[in-house]
Amino acid sequence: MKNNGRKPTAPAAHLPKCLTGIQGLDEITGGGLPRGRPTLVCGGAGCGKTLLAVEFLVRGAVQFDEPGVFMAFEETEAELKANVTSLGFDLAGLVRRKKIVLDHVYIERSEITETGEYDLEGLFVRLNLAIDSIGAKRVVLDTLEALFAGLPNEAILRAELRRLFRWLKDKGVTAVITAERGREQLTRHGLEEYVSDCVILLDHRVNEQIATRHLRVLKYRGALHGTNEFPFHIGEDGLRVLPITSLGLNHGVSSERISSGIPRLDAMLSGRGFFRGSSILLTGTAGTGKTSVAACFAQAAARRGERVLFFSFEESPGQIIRNMRSIGLRLEPLVQRGRLRFHSARPTLYGLEMHLATMFKEIRAFQPAVVIVDPITSLLVAGADYETKGMVTRLIDYLKGGQVTSLFTSLTHGGHALQQSEIAMSSLMDAWLLLQDIEGSGERNRVLYVLKSRGMAHSNQVREFLISNRGIELVDAYIGPSGVLTGTSRMAQAAREKAEALACQQEAARCKRELKRKQAALEQQIARLRSEYESEEAELRRRDEQAGRLTRVLVAERTELARLRQADDPTAAGARGNSKLKKRK
Amino acid sequence: MRTRTLKRPASGSYRPPAKLWQLRLYVAGQTPKSLTAFSNLKRICESHLKGRYDIEVIDLVEQPQLSKGDQILAIPTLVRKLPQPMRKIIGDLSDTERVLVGLDLRSANVRKG
Repeated sequence: MKNNGRKPTAPAAHLPKCLTGIQGLDEITGGGLPRGRPTLVCGGAGCGKTLLAVEFLVRGAVQFDEPGVFMAFEETEAELKANVTSLGFDLAGLVRRKKIVLDHVYIERSEITETGEYDLEGLFVRLNLAIDSIGAKRVVLDTLEALFAGLPNEAILRAELRRLFRWLKDKGVTAVITAERGREQLTRHGLEEYVSDCVILLDHRVNEQIATRHLRVLKYRGALHGTNEFPFHIGEDGLRVLPITSLGLNHGVSSERISSGIPRLDAMLSGRGFFRGSSILLTGTAGTGKTSVAACFAQAAARRGERVLFFSFEESPGQIIRNMRSIGLRLEPLVQRGRLRFHSARPTLYGLEMHLATMFKEIRAFQPAVVIVDPITSLLVAGADYETKGMVTRLIDYLKGGQVTSLFTSLTHGGHALQQSEIAMSSLMDAWLLLQDIEGSGERNRVLYVLKSRGMAHSNQVREFLISNRGIELVDAYIGPSGVLTGTSRMAQAAREKAEALACQQEAARCKRELKRKQAALEQQIARLRSEYESEEAELRRRDEQAGRLTRVLVAERTELARLRQADDPTAAGARGNSKLKKRK
Repeated sequence: MRTRTLKRPASGSYRPPAKLWQLRLYVAGQTPKSLTAFSNLKRICESHLKGRYDIEVIDLVEQPQLSKGDQILAIPTLVRKLPQPMRKIIGDLSDTERVLVGLDLRSANVRKG
């Protein structure tokens, strides 16, 4: 009922539904089981039928204030209570508080003799009493088929069952009826014939030695429902179905950026690192430094004061801490301060669902800002390819919903298949970094490039990736005619370039000196010319003076001469003549 | 709807029979099946257990809580409380032979005869 908005195509008049409270089941069924109608839950032995039924009642009583009746045909009250205590259900307490009635119906065929006509009114009376005693809204009959073993007359039994389901509907209770899976039919005794509103199939399959439980809504009359088979698991807090499609693509996004812990990598990601809440895939072949990059990221986040949860499927926490110390990452103090938590598990320990459930539990308990899964590919051994993808989808959805940044490393096996195999997963990822080995000149070097990074202008450059005892460093790789140069070839290239630069520099210096010398020479020349010019000028001046003096002497002499000749104008000439004469002496 | 055909002796003068048959008939309302069952039971007891039986009729419509004690599902159900072991006979008791077998009266009769 809650999900009306999610299903625009559904008819306006909805079936009233009854929330089960079981994680995921309500999403698959679009709001729970049909209210006031019986639902058939069938499956083989050990599928979790009884558990589903118990959880339906317990959650009903606890979360929705709907008391329930559990009519058990197989287990006694005490057994039931004990069995579900391990799942955290306080059945005994609920019974004491009159939220749940447990009624064990015991049928022993050897004690019973049939003599003529009968009906199952006794069962009706009991059920009615139980329902009325607490005002039950939910009823579980587990497993009704025990009646077939206890009562020999099947014709009567079938007629009575039909009446029972009718009666349950009239009573308005939401009922869950469990049944064993039959060989050819859905159920061993064909109960699906009577319960036609909703049928849920449980299944427990072993695939390559790993068991996974599946749930499928086979039928849901009058309502849309997810028809896929959904893996589910039974954890410490009950049953949980984790549907891939349950979560729409509607998580909030953050534009906050967080550092990758490697400055040059941040620079490649338009200078500021990853988006918070994004999912990052780090692929590479063995030994390309995936874990180191992941640890770097973890350390950076933990140092910022964020909580980091590190799922390791290959190494133990101690091993990671030790190994990372060798590249200058000190993770131990972060672990001690509670910023960083490791969770190591063998991938083959249990099925994917269980892994996922454990991860969810850890995430819920630790509330991290960053989650690292190293490597996600290890889980491939725990499930088929598509299952792993489904699991990663669910994990990413879950993490994105909580704005948790996630980094997944992925081990690839060389060659071109490398990228192929990641295609399935890469579409889920916001950023994809590729670590690669480049072999050449007798050595193996690592390069890193950003294959994609949604929502930012990222670098398209290949960077050489160096791991030293000071940590991770990215340096520009040289692109030469023979491809990318890394390692010593890069250094050789650098040395060559350096030498060239030096030579160039020396040449320039020489030119400069030459020029200086030329300038000096020129200046010298200029000075010489100037001095020449000056001396000539001086000479000219001297000659000028000489000429002047000569003229005056000549004038004086002429005057003297004139005086001597007793020429005219004695007054004027006399005065002048005197002074001239004096000078000459 | 309680019927007692046995008069319990007040003093020691009465010799109790070797076997006291304590029978309980569960019904749910006065349905035809219930009535048939009761009359059938009465007839069988009179002919085979005269004087040594005690029938208690329990109507679950009136006392639903009693259905749990004897694990009653089918109606009508006849429960032989005594002698041990407990026996349950379901149905309207129209098949006398089966009732006798079910109550372990058949073999007793054969021995008597």
